[in-house]
Amino acid sequence: MRTARIVCPKTAKRGDIIEIKTLINHPMETGYRRDDMGQAILRDIFKTLAVTYNGVEVFRTEMFPGTAANPFVAFTTVATETGTPEFTWTDEKGVTHVEKAQITVA
Amino acid sequence: MLASITRRTFGTGTAATIAVVAVPGASQATPEALAATLKTILGNKTATTGRVKLEIPELAENGNSVPLTITVDSPMTAADHVKTIYILSPENPSPDVARFHLGPRSGRAKVATSVRLATSQRLIVLAVMADGTAWTTGADVIVTMSACIDSG
Repeated sequence: MRTARIVCPKTAKRGDIIEIKTLINHPMETGYRRDDMGQAILRDIFKTLAVTYNGVEVFRTEMFPGTAANPFVAFTTVATETGTPEFTWTDEKGVTHVEKAQITVA
Repeated sequence: MLASITRRTFGTGTAATIAVVAVPGASQATPEALAATLKTILGNKTATTGRVKLEIPELAENGNSVPLTITVDSPMTAADHVKTIYILSPENPSPDVARFHLGPRSGRAKVATSVRLATSQRLIVLAVMADGTAWTTGADVIVTMSACIDSG
């Protein structure tokens, strides 16, 4: 189980633009490194971070080996309604990690 | 010849092909690879300098993790918004560093992340709007300790 951290306001006024910060532990192995025996260390990276807000995708990041390890991504979204922003990281093998937040919009 | 293929389809297919072909240790970062990626993204369009702001340190002590913030001047309405922001590198083993897909739900066009820089270079940001126009900026970053080095 990966450690991920989401910083998202718990409450907002309807229509406010809120900032959300995401961080997840992952080596984002580029595939360009070699180990001490000269063997290539296999590439292992997250491919995407998809963010949905009550089921509607509101933001997506595509990641590449050039994205730093323990990927940090911050973005903004409009607080349209009370609900659950959901964050899904997917790696190149299709393995996913999901985190959720809760926001009350008045 | 390529008229029947939409730009998006062509770009996705090509990017996937490049990822499969890349061989560890055989990667040659070149401005030519960046130019090819830009052509894939833009097609026959050119990107205009402006509207995009890239905040990144002028001097990065550790190329393994360089924080940056990108802001694009856009009302982010349904009619006028940023669709995709590309971070591109002329000197990393492969030109694509990260892509962000936005829309009217974003409120404003502002994203932040941390990137790997293989060496000192001029990092490029491209913003493609809903109306198809493309805007760009770049920033020179000096990297004292490179990422992607085998000894890492």
